[in-house]
Amino acid sequence: MDGARMWHVFAGGNDFQWCFSQVKGAIDEDVAEADIISTVEFNYSGELLATGDKGGRVVIFQHEQESKNRPHLRGEYNVYSTFQSHEPEFDYLKSLEIEEKINKIRWLPQQNAAHFLLSTNDKTIKLWKISERDKRAEGYNLKDEDGRLRDPFRITSLRVPVLMPMDLMVEASPRRIFANAHTYHINSISVNSDHETYLSADDLRINLWHLEITDRSFNIVDIKPANMEELTEVITAAECHPHQCNVFVYSSSKGTIRLCDMRAAALCDRHSKFFEEPEDPSSRSFFSEIISSISDVKFSHSGRYMMTRDYLSVKVWDLNMENRPVETYQVHEYLRSKLCSLYENDCIFDKFECCWNGSDSAIMTGSYNNFFRMFDRNTRRDITLEASRESSKPRATLKPRKVSTGGKRKKDEISVDSLDFNKKILHTAWHPKDNVIAVAATNNLYIFQDKIN
Amino acid sequence: MEVSTEAKRIMVVALGKLYSSRTQRGGLRLHRSLLLTLVMKSARDMYHAAQATTETETTAWEPQNSTVETTTEPATGEPGTLPREEAACSPSEPLSGAENKENRCPSSPPQHSRKRRGKAAVEPDFLPCKKAKLEQANSPQQLIVSAVLMDYVNCSSELGAPPASMPLHRAIAAC
Repeated sequence: MDGARMWHVFAGGNDFQWCFSQVKGAIDEDVAEADIISTVEFNYSGELLATGDKGGRVVIFQHEQESKNRPHLRGEYNVYSTFQSHEPEFDYLKSLEIEEKINKIRWLPQQNAAHFLLSTNDKTIKLWKISERDKRAEGYNLKDEDGRLRDPFRITSLRVPVLMPMDLMVEASPRRIFANAHTYHINSISVNSDHETYLSADDLRINLWHLEITDRSFNIVDIKPANMEELTEVITAAECHPHQCNVFVYSSSKGTIRLCDMRAAALCDRHSKFFEEPEDPSSRSFFSEIISSISDVKFSHSGRYMMTRDYLSVKVWDLNMENRPVETYQVHEYLRSKLCSLYENDCIFDKFECCWNGSDSAIMTGSYNNFFRMFDRNTRRDITLEASRESSKPRATLKPRKVSTGGKRKKDEISVDSLDFNKKILHTAWHPKDNVIAVAATNNLYIFQDKIN
Repeated sequence: MEVSTEAKRIMVVALGKLYSSRTQRGGLRLHRSLLLTLVMKSARDMYHAAQATTETETTAWEPQNSTVETTTEPATGEPGTLPREEAACSPSEPLSGAENKENRCPSSPPQHSRKRRGKAAVEPDFLPCKKAKLEQANSPQQLIVSAVLMDYVNCSSELGAPPASMPLHRAIAAC
């Protein structure tokens, strides 16, 4: 998936501004569906960046160290490993095809030289070990260097094999396969802060796993009604608290979030906290239920806040206040009057993700027309940027974009009707420490960095 | 009237999406189907509210309804509309409404629903049958789609109390 063209960009200046760094993926206008990126995730150090796609592939990029010759250039991300994580399967009992699309990737904290990640499709979660091999043993007694067995009569002495350097090889091997635990489609996985367990959530249930044990998991949330006709809401996302290993949250299609404490009971059907903002009756429409459905929930790194994304906005919640969010950011309010069209073309069902920066001072989420939005929580400033080949020129700072909502369209503004709703940015990731962001635009991965002074 | 036209359109689109989701790769998406059901409910409620305010004639709505029932596509052969009953005997689920519209023989349901036990198999027939009317009193709370569709098909504005029929919640019952 290493792109055909990669540009290194650096623009001088003192202001904090985003500039283009790299783009990965084919330039071809004709996008193969299998290449559509479905998840993006930095690891804990930010050294590795993983993407999953609809074809079930995982591609991992590694941050190269800055070159001594050109220290003003930040290192770039290059392909480190590519492997097929999931294959399409068929459930014969239900006559259903199980898509190989990677829904989520979550890294495990690094404990030794190898890297571990969890990847999941709709039904099965896999633990992958990514390890480097840069040495090879040579001088075996029983076989030649090319692997052929040596004639026993010709072995006259015993020697100890010697480790010789070889070209770096990165191997990915599936270490655990966690299957058959979800009747419905898995939407989230989240590694617990104890580094031993993780949770997986589907539409109606959440399971807790131990990373070492694949043949059973604990069901900790079950919202399936006895009579499915009474179903009114589903689970849309779930996440473990970053520090408290007994706490997790899950969001629902009704726009509510429940915080659960696993110490309270084995089955966490009764929440410890219930977060819901009262609906504004003046904005009620046919589509109120759809647009209030939460598509993503993310704890802040501090663990004090959490952020939710619904169709039109991002909300920041203080875990100590359940009755309303502390901050609400409008992502693309101009779409509110277009909900009927967005419903007809299915865009209203798009599930946008959101992410925090390393210091929790800013948040980012995607929109249409390959736009993505960033909100500074301290200054309350927001910016709209675009991930496109046209605006990805060497040494170019990203120009802020604006959608004109009124009648008059200013120069450089784009009208709502001109937006390309096929170009949607659903998945973004922010480096855990630096101001580097990865933005998935259909089949391309854009990497942007802030300027270095 | 604009509201009711909009509501009708939304309902028809929702039905189309629910129907086409049966053939979607990866199986029926519960979340999406639930949202579509809720949209239909919203649209239906608004439609009825709009109809109630514009309705002027209330005579002869009952006989008209029963006439309409018999003149619409042939009954799907649905045995009964008590939800629990239906959910229990899913192997004999009726055809979906869409197939009904194509005037297929109603004797194929068992085979069809046995093979496809997902949500698709229990997608309700959106047009009512005679037996459905008997269950009206039992399930006033459930989302009733057929009445709206019936109205759409016949461009009737004299709906009155909606007759009961296969509730749409059935659509997400056997996921």
